[in-house]
Amino acid sequence: MSWDVFVGAETMAAAMRLAAPLLFAALGELVCERSGVLNIGLEGVILISAFSAFWSASAGAPLPLALVSGVLAGCLLSCLFALFVLRYRADQVVAGMAVNILALGLTGLFYRAAFGMTGRMVSVDNFATRPIPLLCELPYLGTVLFQHNWLVYVAGPIALGVGYMLYRTRAGLALRALGDGPRAADSLGIPVLLGRAAAILFGGMMGGLAGSYLVLAHANTFVEGMSAGRGFIAVVLVILGAWRPGGVVLGAVFFGWATALQYRLQATMTGVPYLLFQMLPYVLVLVVLSGVVGRRRAPRALAMPYVKE
Amino acid sequence: MRTALRVALGEHMRAPMVAVGAMLLFALLVWVVGYSPAAAGRALWTGSLGSLPALGSTLNKAVPLLLCGLAVALAFRAGALNIGAEGQFYMGALAALFCGQRCAGWPAVVLLPMILVAGMAAGAAWAGLAALLRIGRSVPEVLSTIMLNFIAVLAVSFAVHGPLREAAGAYPQSDPLPPAALLPRLFGDMRLSWGLAVALVVLFVVGIVMQRSTWGFRLRAVGNAERAAAYLGIARAPHLLSAMLASGALAGLAGALELSGVARRLYENFSPGYGYTAIAVALLARLSPAGLLPAALFFGALESGGRSLQTTAGIPSVLVQVLLGLVVLLAVGAGLYESRRA
Repeated sequence: MSWDVFVGAETMAAAMRLAAPLLFAALGELVCERSGVLNIGLEGVILISAFSAFWSASAGAPLPLALVSGVLAGCLLSCLFALFVLRYRADQVVAGMAVNILALGLTGLFYRAAFGMTGRMVSVDNFATRPIPLLCELPYLGTVLFQHNWLVYVAGPIALGVGYMLYRTRAGLALRALGDGPRAADSLGIPVLLGRAAAILFGGMMGGLAGSYLVLAHANTFVEGMSAGRGFIAVVLVILGAWRPGGVVLGAVFFGWATALQYRLQATMTGVPYLLFQMLPYVLVLVVLSGVVGRRRAPRALAMPYVKE
Repeated sequence: MRTALRVALGEHMRAPMVAVGAMLLFALLVWVVGYSPAAAGRALWTGSLGSLPALGSTLNKAVPLLLCGLAVALAFRAGALNIGAEGQFYMGALAALFCGQRCAGWPAVVLLPMILVAGMAAGAAWAGLAALLRIGRSVPEVLSTIMLNFIAVLAVSFAVHGPLREAAGAYPQSDPLPPAALLPRLFGDMRLSWGLAVALVVLFVVGIVMQRSTWGFRLRAVGNAERAAAYLGIARAPHLLSAMLASGALAGLAGALELSGVARRLYENFSPGYGYTAIAVALLARLSPAGLLPAALFFGALESGGRSLQTTAGIPSVLVQVLLGLVVLLAVGAGLYESRRA
């Protein structure tokens, strides 16, 4: 086995494509958590938006419209989560799990209601690869970075935007205050619940982007439970990235790479059962988490409901 | 509105109200999707309580829900959010199968207890891993148990595709357990397994321990009032570990009982999500052992009735999953599980 399998242009290009949905979801989760809300329900948000995008696309909607419908579905489910954790102060972890279970049920229901229970595959169009002129001809980097569909290209700028918003704007400062000291923020006149609602909604949007990506730029079909833990991995990426956009980007690329490698190894090491390779990302999460968490500092008010005095 | 709701309903009516509220939303959803709520209700009834076999099926499904619900309740009480009952259930079944097949020639009096213990040990080990990661490396148990669920489900898939695949090799499933490792049926025509009796005894014993023993008190202290517990000299780490071990053992036992009493062989998707349903069971029971029995029966009936939704009314059985999500959401919304972080 050569180095090519590990860091060759093909593997790294696949890593970028696999990192994009993780990055979308993790950036959404990052903003949520910086505002003090732990959103485990992201898994369900990804799933329901994947279905929504798939449904629209299979009904003949043009791809951008399908993307919008996926994002909207993610926002809608996030609103439900926001209602319960902000208005009714439900435990965020349990409410998140409820959202996940609900999404699994709803997508399964609508999928079977709309496409029957025959198990036949319905496929939809995917966003085409659009090589960036000139840049795509660079040796190595051209293949790795500049021969993708447009959603991969926007992932980086979105990460930059989130970083700029969090650290260079008043809104970002206020948002971080909500996560670290909601009471102080409140006394300064920052609306805590409204700010957190906005953060959850942004999380829903980004989760929706991730889910739509899975259908419209990755799998070109819908499979029940196809989010396959990506929402949870996004939550892990935020911890791994120490609640900073730069760290989250690195983490997403690392996980994208690990997944790409897993696929490559499946193809090259045919003697080893593929199910063992499928376990790898989850094992990796455990290993990575056990290596870093102790040295990370979470937002102080993370996962605590806010009660106005 | 929440306080108004609380006053209006009183403490004890909240859980039943949540169940009823979820059923109403469920009926609305059935209607919205274009099926008849009445037909759905009838199908749920005939599939869950309408006949002796249906009742037997409800009770058989209540067994894993009862044990996994107890597992979740015990861990939640100690402040450990064990979302991993599903994975522990799978590992329990896998260990029981392995043990049963390895010692196929042994007499039932030895073999049966042995495979149940093997299941408990495997479940405990799987949960213990998450507890150790939490204590030693501060890994949130919510995330580690979820990851361990994915790994356990894949491990069972791997086992039934590979080393433990049936000798005939036709399907990705294991050979059945040897006869000596099978729990006899309690009543033949109800297909009711002895697992129910085991589960009830376990519920009773663990319930007493949780409510009356010093250990149970300490668990609650650690879970509810960490600072006060520290002040009383109750260390957090050993109680977190023991709670997770006990929790995993219960879920593992559920897996072993399901294998030995009902399924008799292992296959992919061995559990229809019992470990996740168990979270709803535990929340609806307000984490109290006494409340687990009605909650497990409620969800057992739904699980069983869900099958006939599909067969008699042509409604996808996955609808039950939606109902499940609604129950959990309403339960936390109505304050059946108070966040210890508040």
